[in-house]
Amino acid sequence: MSTHTVTLTINGEEHRHEVEARTLLVHFIREDAELTGTHIGCDTTSCGACTVLMDGTPVKSCTVFAVQAEGAEISTVEGLATNGALDPIQQAFTDEHGLQCGYCTPGMMMTSRALLRENPSPSEAEIRRGISGNLCRCTGYLNIVKAVQKASATLAEGGEND
Amino acid sequence: MIPASFDYTRPKTVAEAVTLLGENPEAKILAGGHSLIPLMRFRLAEPSMLIDINQLEELRYIREGDSWLEIGAMTREAAVESSEVVVTRYPLLVDTARVVADPLVRNMATLGGNVAHADPANDHPATMLAYGAEMVITGASGERSVAAADFFVDAFTTALEPSEILTAIRIPRAKDGDGGAYFKLERKVGDFATAAVAAQVCLSSDGVTQSAGIGLTNVGLTPIYATAASESLIGSALTDEKIQGAAKLASEAAEPIADHRGSEDYKRHLVATFTTRALKTARERAQGGAA
Repeated sequence: MSTHTVTLTINGEEHRHEVEARTLLVHFIREDAELTGTHIGCDTTSCGACTVLMDGTPVKSCTVFAVQAEGAEISTVEGLATNGALDPIQQAFTDEHGLQCGYCTPGMMMTSRALLRENPSPSEAEIRRGISGNLCRCTGYLNIVKAVQKASATLAEGGEND
Repeated sequence: MIPASFDYTRPKTVAEAVTLLGENPEAKILAGGHSLIPLMRFRLAEPSMLIDINQLEELRYIREGDSWLEIGAMTREAAVESSEVVVTRYPLLVDTARVVADPLVRNMATLGGNVAHADPANDHPATMLAYGAEMVITGASGERSVAAADFFVDAFTTALEPSEILTAIRIPRAKDGDGGAYFKLERKVGDFATAAVAAQVCLSSDGVTQSAGIGLTNVGLTPIYATAASESLIGSALTDEKIQGAAKLASEAAEPIADHRGSEDYKRHLVATFTTRALKTARERAQGGAA
């Protein structure tokens, strides 16, 4: 049963840990790198609470082995704010009440951020389709959609869309 | 939920992957992993070894040749649904790719994995039957190809030998008069199909059906090719009456079981309705000039 030294970058910082092959990326992030902003929800590849960006692409980190992410650049919710300033997507979720319990929020924001990078001014239908792999049990999605629209507008006004 | 322990290997070539598979009978190929990893987490699968082929760029391509659209097995669903050639010329394939699981899953899930896993609830197998696609298989003795109709042997069981890998999928090259569509009912995004129907037709310039293929998803132990329904269309105009007749034959070809998604009768009814809709959309697309 093999163990592997996995080296990857999370939010610009290198992390190296020896893990079993069966260690899931989400556990590497939460338990080895001790970044617990990324949540574990359903454990069955359904809910998207564990969504992180792997080399810029949103993936469900409960369905990728850490060893598969060797050498990858991972972005998590902890990496959104810069120098204490909230990212436009974080500010928009705050302003539009895009959350109630907050459990889905890290995954929802990571997916939304990637969506806006690919499609800076999505229609409502494109937003709903884009976040359809992330489940929210509180909001009915209405305010989440509004938050993504607001972040889109903020970014268009010259907020940085890196 | 943590999978049972396993050894992890990352071969650099297809040949190396085939050798590893031959040497380790309890090993599994790790493609996108979005069927296999959940199964491992439930301990429904406990492979001794995972042979990760995600880094094999040689298996990631979409090429339209003289006879085939050939797609490397490790092409991700997201790449299929955004491929210009697929979007403009292969509407049945793009319809199907767009309803596989959810957008996050499609960033990892692969076309080859969806086909080789052979879950009767998976979407691409019925589409491959409707297209009359070929599966390209690589083993220790080289490459062979198997028609989709001969590939899906039983639930989760394909014509792949234990030490063979599905390396590419070949769909007949789109031609004038081709049209196709995929209709699926899912209770929510990401759910398996309650039932789904893939239809592909080729109409001559005067509207006569030259070829037709109808595939059914999740209404049997394997994806089902609705033979009688498909053959009933050939040689005459694709009229609403012919479509109604084919829909009835397709619903009779279905072998659904009652479960939490619906009764047998309900699923048969869905097959008839979706066969009608898929054939009408296929007809529109065939007549619209676009393949």
